[in-house]
Amino acid sequence: MRSILAAGAIAIAALGLAPTHASAQSTLRIGLAEDPDVLDPTLARTYVGRIVFASICDKLFDIDAKLNIVPQLALSHETSADGREVTIKLRPNVRFHDGEPMDAKAVKFSLDRHLGMQGSFRRSELSVVDAIEVVDPTTVRLKLKAPFAPLLATLTDRAGMMVSPKAAEAAGDRFGAAPVCAGPYRFVERVQQDRIVVERFADYWDKDKVSIDRIVYRPIADSTVRLANLKAGQLDLIERPLATDVPEIKKDRNLTLQSVTELGYQGMTLNVANGDAAKNPLGQSAKVRRALELAIDRDAINQVTFNGLFTPANQWVAPDNAWYDKRNPVPGRDVAAAKKLLAEAGVKASLAIDFMVPNNPETRQVAEVIQAMAAEAGFDMKIRVVEFATGLSEAEQGRYQAFMLAWSGRPDPDGNIYSFAKTNGPLNYGKFSSPDLDQALEESRTATTREGRKAAYDKVADVWLKDGSVIYLYHRAMLIAHTNKLKGFTLLPDGMVRVVGLKMN
Amino acid sequence: MLTVISKRLTQLVPTLFFVSVLIFGLQHLLPGDPALVMAGEERDPVVIEQIRRQYRLDQPIPVQYLHWVRGVLSGDLGESMRLKEPVLDLVRQKLPVTLQLAVMSMIVALVLGVTLGILSAVYRGRTLDHLVNVVGLAGISTPNFWLGIMMILFFAVELGWLPASGYVSPFEDWRQSLATTIMPAFVLGNSIAGVIMRHTRSAMIQALDSDYVRTARAKGLSEGSVVLKHAMRNALTPVITLGALEFGTLLSGAVLTEQIFSIPGFGKLIVDAVFNRDYAVVQGVVLVTATTYIALNLLADIGYILVNPRLRA
Repeated sequence: MRSILAAGAIAIAALGLAPTHASAQSTLRIGLAEDPDVLDPTLARTYVGRIVFASICDKLFDIDAKLNIVPQLALSHETSADGREVTIKLRPNVRFHDGEPMDAKAVKFSLDRHLGMQGSFRRSELSVVDAIEVVDPTTVRLKLKAPFAPLLATLTDRAGMMVSPKAAEAAGDRFGAAPVCAGPYRFVERVQQDRIVVERFADYWDKDKVSIDRIVYRPIADSTVRLANLKAGQLDLIERPLATDVPEIKKDRNLTLQSVTELGYQGMTLNVANGDAAKNPLGQSAKVRRALELAIDRDAINQVTFNGLFTPANQWVAPDNAWYDKRNPVPGRDVAAAKKLLAEAGVKASLAIDFMVPNNPETRQVAEVIQAMAAEAGFDMKIRVVEFATGLSEAEQGRYQAFMLAWSGRPDPDGNIYSFAKTNGPLNYGKFSSPDLDQALEESRTATTREGRKAAYDKVADVWLKDGSVIYLYHRAMLIAHTNKLKGFTLLPDGMVRVVGLKMN
Repeated sequence: MLTVISKRLTQLVPTLFFVSVLIFGLQHLLPGDPALVMAGEERDPVVIEQIRRQYRLDQPIPVQYLHWVRGVLSGDLGESMRLKEPVLDLVRQKLPVTLQLAVMSMIVALVLGVTLGILSAVYRGRTLDHLVNVVGLAGISTPNFWLGIMMILFFAVELGWLPASGYVSPFEDWRQSLATTIMPAFVLGNSIAGVIMRHTRSAMIQALDSDYVRTARAKGLSEGSVVLKHAMRNALTPVITLGALEFGTLLSGAVLTEQIFSIPGFGKLIVDAVFNRDYAVVQGVVLVTATTYIALNLLADIGYILVNPRLRA
């Protein structure tokens, strides 16, 4: 056996097939869990695409580890007393990758493009913006239709990414094939489903902090293979390894694991008014919905399915988030109370629920744990596994009673609740509707102080956590594993790979 | 000869028409709305409507079909909704990758399959025959994804000889290209080799038992010459047919293997497209694959006619 191995090694060495490592240029190789969609900040919509944007497209603002909003392409901002005007001072002497100036005119162009381009997914995020004015080359003013507290948070994501007007006009809707932005790295090439290559932008405004020459993003869907590539030294950093692989990563002395609670959540959406499927005790009675919640042991789900790495959830933000309502902590399991509530609601026999679950192993396992727990309280959860695209259509058309749904999360709490709870909100799959809740949600957007917003969210919690149509289950841990050769990486709750300040030893 | 070929070519037209209707029809039977999938978390009803209009999803299916066929006839396979790239460009990117992998897998399969098949037939009933049979059966029954992951763990992680996954074009660096494709080619070739081995074995046994082989032996020819020159030639005909069919299958993309080794070929492209309801990509790739498959069959038919005069009538 040994001689066969030796012969193989010699043959491979002779052919020069062995993986090549060292080169004069420093390269960071990042393994992505999926292949990103189109790389145009206006048209993009996937989480994984945002990881690539983090190196090529700077934003007006960014977030820090505590979710504070900090300037990036902007220098500062000022909101008028009535909250209807936001004036943004821009960083001077910033250039796009094609050498064009990133000035007020370019900002106006980019925001107008987000607002008006056909198929723009930024349109709804910025719909409150009425007009964009160029005050001087380094100042823009956003006129709003109404005060909108989450505006700056919106500008920390794709809506805040600025594109070169010259390149965008020339490329039209094919801009995503070769995006030209103002980030630390410029786009070099993309081979669909194989790699995206970017290289250091020499004229970047903060270039002294950028030391790695190239970054190669490689989509590798299989998490075992992604980890194998990291261990074999073919990749330097991988996103989203499996929770079950954490012990193996921790054991490896060459690897570092970083973990942070996500901005999003995994929850169970209940159909309360979307079509005929809602006409049953679960859809009609808040007591039955609370009974179902009380039947579930979130701690047990976390321990059994995720080795205790995740965070049990009962609200749209995690317990360590500043907007979390501390008056309503995560409830424990109470089967007796659940049974009592069911009896009060007049449910006598076991209540059958059509429980739609997207087809992935982790979610399915969670659903089975819930099924077993709920059965003890008197629910007969009939799990129906659907493929993701089918699930979306079924949810849209109300063909479900309970639906396991994950949300990737936004830095501002508005992104995690407004569209889900507002009457006729685009993500309100259960078609929940409450005038009090709607009013509180509007207040949370128009309030001009932090205290005002917090008070509004407390009102939201009073209605939504009692009567609402989502049972929050857990917040996932964002996991990133990287080789110890990579220095300076800090994982923020949005899971992005920020590349400024990184070094490869 | 020419009449036969032209007859075949005329048959090609209805076949492709049937295939195109089938692809289009089946695709639209799938539940799930492409516009909703494309919007994902960004559910702006106005934008979803825009997408429906832009990609004609709001029109009746026959109208969509006619529009697509008109495009195909003028060499336009449409545009990927997800990637905003012409499907033709994607096919051009992926076809050489899949082709390279298919050719390499076929070489592995034929070298392994035919050699082992002949050995097993010649040493029929002896230890070597049993051993080869066990190996062959193991090859057929080992799941590709398992073998793939094991090979990655052993050759890339443990020994560090080969890159764990990825793909490099031979025009860029042929050594790296060989390094990245050798494991997936072995995994794919291995399962086909098992089948080819068994076919070769039975065909060889039949040939070795036939009268002309006995005559050859009686003439005092060496055993090597009998086996390789006389028996193998005849035994290989069914093996070549089988090889051609397997090659066609390989061209449609080896989904699991491509997924494991992150080879950006047809298999990965089509799986992503199906899950994202990226209709134009699925239709384009399936059409190209079907056409290639039919063309290969046609070539095989022509080959038979050339070899066997009895079929020319």
